[in-house]
Formats: sequence, structure tokens, C-alpha cells
Amino acid sequence: MTNEARNKTLPNKAAVLEELGGHPAVKAILAWNSEALTDARFDRNELTLSFEPEQICAAARAVQAAGYNFFEDMTAVDWFPASPRFQLSYHILSHQYKEYIRLRVLLKGDEPSIESLTPVWPSANFYEREVFDLFGIRFDGHPNLRRIMMPDDWQGHPLRKDYPVEGYR
Amino acid sequence: MTDLAGMPTLEAAQGAKDQHMVINMGPQHPATHGVLRLVLEIDGEIVVRIYPEIGYLHTGIEKTCEAKFYQQVVPLTDRINYLDPLSNNLCYCLAVEKLLGLEMPEKAQWLRVLLAELSRLNSHLIWLGTHAMDIGALTVFLYTFREREEILRILEGLAGQRMMTSYIRVGGVSMEPPLDFFDRVQAFIRSFPEKIDEYSNLLTGNPIFRNRLKGVGYLSAADAIALGVTGPPMRASGVDFDLRRDMPYSSYEKFQFNVPTSTDGDCWARYEVRLIEMRESVKIIQQALDGMPEGPVKADAPKIVLPDREKMKTQMEALIHHFKIVTEGFAVPPGEVYQGIEAGHGQTGYYVVSDGTAKPYRVHMRYPSFATLQALETMCKGRMLADLVAVIGSIDIVLGEIDR
Repeated sequence: MTNEARNKTLPNKAAVLEELGGHPAVKAILAWNSEALTDARFDRNELTLSFEPEQICAAARAVQAAGYNFFEDMTAVDWFPASPRFQLSYHILSHQYKEYIRLRVLLKGDEPSIESLTPVWPSANFYEREVFDLFGIRFDGHPNLRRIMMPDDWQGHPLRKDYPVEGYR
Repeated sequence: MTDLAGMPTLEAAQGAKDQHMVINMGPQHPATHGVLRLVLEIDGEIVVRIYPEIGYLHTGIEKTCEAKFYQQVVPLTDRINYLDPLSNNLCYCLAVEKLLGLEMPEKAQWLRVLLAELSRLNSHLIWLGTHAMDIGALTVFLYTFREREEILRILEGLAGQRMMTSYIRVGGVSMEPPLDFFDRVQAFIRSFPEKIDEYSNLLTGNPIFRNRLKGVGYLSAADAIALGVTGPPMRASGVDFDLRRDMPYSSYEKFQFNVPTSTDGDCWARYEVRLIEMRESVKIIQQALDGMPEGPVKADAPKIVLPDREKMKTQMEALIHHFKIVTEGFAVPPGEVYQGIEAGHGQTGYYVVSDGTAKPYRVHMRYPSFATLQALETMCKGRMLADLVAVIGSIDIVLGEIDR
């Protein structure tokens, strides 16, 4: 990729598909299921691919098979009071292509749940526990979904936007 | 064997097989390098399962960040990994600068590389001292802390603070380094390779140290990737990947250095990889000193970077900018970025989400020790209990960055 292409912003799915159709992750996703991609964005040299929550495991398997082998990080963002409220961002690193991609999922409701990525990458274990603890998002199929940072009897989920910074007094 | 996947506590682990014993290690155990608590299920002296319990040091830094201006987050990052503070500063600042689209002057970039490597030496020295001390070689600790003290003194001269330097800021570094800074660093790294030989003389040929590490805590390359292990432990397992070389940031592409790897995957390989890494860091620092460009150490962005003291007292505009930045912060265009760097312990990453205001909407830190801790059970399963202490030392965890 040239420097000019790197600094470009591609705001939506159509633009990404047109300009980055040859990108290994985009190609893998299209080959797996051309309908699954709900949105895409290329901004500040970072590619974001959005999916429906039900598709995340299959999408992760598709990019994993395409060379995005390392699960680097995952976390949530609370867009309270907007709806859908929660966003999950998975950052996947490719040792082969030497770049990150971001898989993005939007979750509706106050007590959402989503499939766990631990069968694809066992390293997702602690990260999903952290999101469960601090955001209250459940991960179905997780081997050990318990609080990790806060005490087991803690009430509430501190990183939610409706949780005060000083805590409840 | 009862499946204990969902049973972490001592009481709950009572379901373990009759001849197995469940014991508690930490959070006050000296070999756990902080407040790590491990619930161990053991069969005689053999480790069967390990349940790490973390969170004793959780301070909610990610939540605190959301209530601070962008520039006020920098001192918080120091306190996460207090052994490698400048790398934390660097990673956060790179992420915010990526959001802002800010270009750094060359001298600031080179200075940052120099400081990141100095910080890596600092972190590796603590690892070596405490690791050897866990194994029983107490002397090495005194030797490594002698050199670490010199690094801390250099940092004190540079930033006025020994540990929590907060020297790297959004838009450059906080101020010009003092006049004797480069000479002091030069004097330090001139003598440092001999010091590494000294540590090596104390440990490498030592039969007890060798026997305690060789073949202990094996981790395969596939397991390292599956469990999210990064940094020296990953490279000691045979995965040849280093962000400094493969995805260079802050002008690392201009430096020549080797990335040591090993295929043995045991504690000894991790020891050797880190020793070579220290020598490579010295090479990078030497190159940074030799080629340090002239010019400003801050970006030309008056609305983001605090003006120099001199300017502030003579120019009205600079005074206004200073007042505005301190009282209102600076707005950052909306968007989300993820910036990864190679810190002393492995790959550190900052995920910063901006909604267009002067405070970050969300800051998430990916710290290497958090993921590496997941591999502890794989490394220790079926081995002697005493090997656990060697393995914890060799993966070099910092509880501050695990719990955040």
C-alpha cells in the first residue's frame, strides 16, 4: 500500500469493497459469506469490519484462516444512551501481513449476550471475563465466565457510562 | 478428575480428587512479584491445575481516564506498568497523535526511541534481579539494581522524577533534555555491556541456575500464539515477531538491530533471549546518540502542545494557548485507533475512542502480562511445584499492568 492510500479515509462498505477488494481479510470475508459484512471503514490506516453478533465466531474463523493468526485485544465501548448500546472491538494481528484489523459488533439491549471466541482463540478467555465483569456482557460458551477484576459479590459494572466515576455512595 | 473450570475458590475446589490437595499461593507470596494469587491443585509435588486470581491491584484506571483531559491521562499510564513507564507514555501518546493526525519532529522521535530502550533496560534489569533471586542467587539482585539506580538517576535528571517520569507527552516530550543528559547516557551504555557479561558470568555457568531453568516451563510456538503470549516469552518459543522491526513506529525503521529468538521454549531460552535483547538495546541507544538530529522536541501545534515557559511570558498568544489547554484541554477529532508497541514485557496496545470532545470517550489498554498469565497453567502442568516459581520469574509479569 502506498502512503497516499494509507492516509485515505474510506467511510463505508461500498468504498472499502471498491478500493480494498484485494485486501486479504476483505477477500477472505467475501469468500466465506458475501452477505455477512454489515459495514466497513478504513480510517487512519486501520481497517474495521462490522458484523452481526451471530456471525462473529464464523467471521473470526474466516480471518484466522486467511492469516490473521494472533488475537491481540478485545474490549467494549458503551454508547449509552444511544441504541444499539454496546460495541465490541476485536483487534486481530497478522504476523504474516504485519498489520491489525478490527472486527466490530454492535449489541442491543442492557443485558446483551454474544458467542464466546474462546473456541477460536483460547486467549480470548481473560478478555471476555474482563468485559463481562466491567460491562455486564455475557459470552455464551465461555468456559469460566466469572468476574475477574472486581470482587465476586460486587454490584454493577463499573465501565458502563451510567456508573458514576466515584462509584455509588 | 472433576472438572473445576468454573470453580476458582478454595472452598469450591474441594471437589478435587481425594488424593489431590488444594493450596493457596499469594497474594502476599514474595515469588509472585506483586499481588498475584494462585489457587493450586497439586498431586503430591506435581501441579495438576492452576487458577490465577487477579484484581487485587485493580484501580479502575480505564474509568478514570474517561473523566480526564487527554493530556491528564499521561501520568496515569506511568502507574500501570511502573517498571517500564516510558513505554506506556509512548504508546498512549502515539495513539492520541494518530487520532489527531499529528506529525512528530525527528528529534522527538529519536529521543523517544532512546528513552523506550532505556526503559526496556530498566525493566529487564528488574526481571533479571528478581528472577535470579527467586531461584536462590541473591547476589545478582544487588548487581542489577546498581545499574538500575544509574538509569533512575539519569531519568531524574531528565524529568525530575525517578520512576513516574511522564516525560513523553502528546505532541512530543515535555522539555528539552538537560545539557549533560546525552553524556550521562553515553557513559552508562559504554560500561553497560561489561555489566551484562558480569551477570552472565554469575548465572550462565552456574549449575544450579541452569538446572532450575533448562527444560522447565516449556511453551510451544502454537501455544504461545493461541494463548496470546507476546514479547520475549513468545520469541523464546520460536515465533519471530517484533513490532519494532515488523511494524515500526516512532522511526524505529531507521535503526539496525537483531531480534533474538530461540526454539527451546523453556525458561532458559527466555533468560537467553532477554540477555541478548539487553545487548541489542544498547546498540539502539548508541545509534540514537550518534545520529540524534537537531531541531525542536515538540510538534508545531500551539493548540495542543504547551508553549515554552519563555514564550509564555513574552507572547500574549502563547499565554492564551497555555490557559486554554490547561483549563479546557484540546478537542480530538472523533474516531477510534489502536496503537501497538513492543514494550519490555511484550506487546502493549492502546485503544482510544474519541467522540470529538477534550476527554477520551474510552481508553483501553492491552498489556502483555495479562495475556501471558493465561499460559501459566500450560507451562506448569504436570511439573514440580518448585518449578512454578521459576516459571513465574521467567515470564516476567507485573501485576500493575495485569490489574490496571
